[in-house]
Amino acid sequence: MKEHETLEQRLGEQGVSRRAFLKFCAALATMMALPPSSAGAIAAALSQAKRPSVIWLSFQECTGCTESLTRSHSPTLESLIFDMISLDYHHTLQAASGHAAEQARDEAMKAFYGKYLLLVDGSIPLKDGGVYSTIAGRTNLDMLEEAAKGAAAIVAVGSCAAFGGLPNAQPNPTGAVAVSDIVRDKPIVNISGCPPIPSVITGVLAHYLTFGELPALDELGRPKAFYGETIHDRCYRRPFYDQGKFAKTFDDEGARNGWCLYELGCKGPTTHNACATTKWNGGAGFPIEAGHGCIGCSEPKFWDAGSFYTPLSAPAADVAAVAQVSMIAGAGAAVAMGALDRAKKQKLQQSREKLTVADLKGD
Amino acid sequence: MDAQELLIWVRGTGLQIAAAVFVLGMSYRMLHLLLIGRKKSLAEARGSEWAGGLRTMWQRNFVLPRLSPRGRFTFVAGYVFHLGFFVTLFFLSQHIALFRAVFGFGWPALPRGAIDISAVLALAAMVALLAHRLVDPVKRLLSDYQDYLTWALSFLPLLTGFMLLREIAFEYVTLLTLHIASVELLLIAAPFTNLAHMFSTFISRWYNGAVMGFKGIQT
Amino acid sequence: MSLQDIHIRVADAHTVGSLDAILNEIASRLHDFVDTGATSLIDLKSLPFSAEEYEGLRATLGRGEVTARLDSIGDSEIYETRFPGVWWVTHYNVEGDIVADLIEIASVPAIVHSQPEDIYVGLARLRQTLTSVRGEPVEP
Ligand code: SF4
Ligand code: SF4
Repeated sequence: MKEHETLEQRLGEQGVSRRAFLKFCAALATMMALPPSSAGAIAAALSQAKRPSVIWLSFQECTGCTESLTRSHSPTLESLIFDMISLDYHHTLQAASGHAAEQARDEAMKAFYGKYLLLVDGSIPLKDGGVYSTIAGRTNLDMLEEAAKGAAAIVAVGSCAAFGGLPNAQPNPTGAVAVSDIVRDKPIVNISGCPPIPSVITGVLAHYLTFGELPALDELGRPKAFYGETIHDRCYRRPFYDQGKFAKTFDDEGARNGWCLYELGCKGPTTHNACATTKWNGGAGFPIEAGHGCIGCSEPKFWDAGSFYTPLSAPAADVAAVAQVSMIAGAGAAVAMGALDRAKKQKLQQSREKLTVADLKGD
Repeated sequence: MDAQELLIWVRGTGLQIAAAVFVLGMSYRMLHLLLIGRKKSLAEARGSEWAGGLRTMWQRNFVLPRLSPRGRFTFVAGYVFHLGFFVTLFFLSQHIALFRAVFGFGWPALPRGAIDISAVLALAAMVALLAHRLVDPVKRLLSDYQDYLTWALSFLPLLTGFMLLREIAFEYVTLLTLHIASVELLLIAAPFTNLAHMFSTFISRWYNGAVMGFKGIQT
Repeated sequence: MSLQDIHIRVADAHTVGSLDAILNEIASRLHDFVDTGATSLIDLKSLPFSAEEYEGLRATLGRGEVTARLDSIGDSEIYETRFPGVWWVTHYNVEGDIVADLIEIASVPAIVHSQPEDIYVGLARLRQTLTSVRGEPVEP
């Protein structure tokens, strides 16, 4: 495999003008959530950047994350970025299949050992020796451990790879875990979301490409530029929350007025993601704009946090039943104790001997 | 355990434990209290126990003019705290959403402005009461560790709730977790401390009134 | 039935909304530009606008005298607003989606300037054109 040429060479070959390149860099700055004035610095860095080799492994997943990426709203921009990386293995997107595909992966891993970027979507099942998800007869665990060894960094795409996601939800029948539960000695970026916002995936790739390093991460390994604030922090319905104006059903007056969706179960206050500003479907909007609360898809364990329609202030488990049982138990105990008291009293009364004149006399 | 898992726990298992301890402890204590009962009086009362009991339950709310200055302060601050606490507890929209989820019914909320005022009043009254307790020699002498414990247990939910609505100092996840956890502590401690007065206060008022209402034997 | 037939009003909750904030920001940057000549950019996609506020911003800034169109990897629309020195720069991709939406404070937006690299390539092309027209090389 030949060394990859720099991006400037490639763009030059394609007849892309400098102005077009600057426009592209302006779009990248927006995508990476960097200040727009950084477009110049991005351009300078990108002209020198070499195309990194990328290996993409898909484990226990629904292909939603790849769908999100390939259906992303700005195909030319994404494809330009994809042009900028050399995607050497992705079993859904690549043309090769079977042994040829596995061979391509082996070759890329050898040729770029220590330098390639490893993208993973899907969780890794560990139960029963990992039999619940295998590729070419090998378990996901086996494949991940092998590929992680030679990776410069790992990008966990989607909530399944980042936190375990749906497969990991109670009762977790396959023993699914996140990438970070297995690989501990490599830098890992978690791009959570179910699916993650496509331009956040490409934004992180672009950042790695531009600066040759991973972006700043929060304590859950998510890039701060996109996950630094909650949906609630940047929600346009926020003034209604602050005024205490809530929609109570999906079709009441409040809902029609666009009031806050907190009482309809919105998890925006506890969810870190860029939906409220980056938005979905080419900037068309995000779920709250469509009148549905946030379900918290970019946070760990969001499937186990109670109903999507239970307000954050309400219990995530059945408290009423517990209270009823306790009430009966408490009342029962009180009655039993009361009876015991009464019995004791009676006994005491019976055992009391009548006072006689003789007693008083003391003989 | 990360922040989300902690929140899930306090909203789920933690709350179930707290509710179980609270309901079990309280129902036991209250029912037991009633069952202990009093020995049936064989003499006919001159007055009426029921009238006396009910009258006292009501009249104890209006003893202000008959109190010493120290008593007056405690009385007023105490009432401000209790009123503010209950208005905040029962009329904040988010709380009503909780009651609706647990009991299946709700009621209209007060506007946020009114809640803000009631919460601030309750907080201020609590701080004043604590200061008074520490400064006043008689009250200080009368206080034991349980008084300070129950003060803190009642103060924390108010404080964390106030901070939560404004996202002061911490993130929403953290503040919500703290707020719920502080309420759970209060629920768990209630049956074992003088916080149990939240139910027994009217029973004991009735009892006092009833005793006074007895007014000797009918002749 | 079209979207307009569904009766959804968005009540105005914004006592101090995002619109006020962004207009203030623009004013203070324009002031800096007058004072020091420092140009600057605001990324509109990073701000939590509702559709109404966005339209409100468009209406308030209005359109000035100059409009430019850039045609490279999709369109770009560049125009001066009612306020000289305040430009609205919108980059589209080939499919017509917005990929960057910026307010630029400058006398001319940077992207409009011809780039030295492109001028250099263009000069070479011009020379080549001349060669093929005249059939002989032109002295530099
Ligand atoms: S709709 Fe959700 S995110 Fe928006 S203000 Fe209400 S609770 Fe917060
Ligand atoms: S609004 Fe919430 S649930 Fe919806 S995509 Fe964004 S983070 Fe996920």
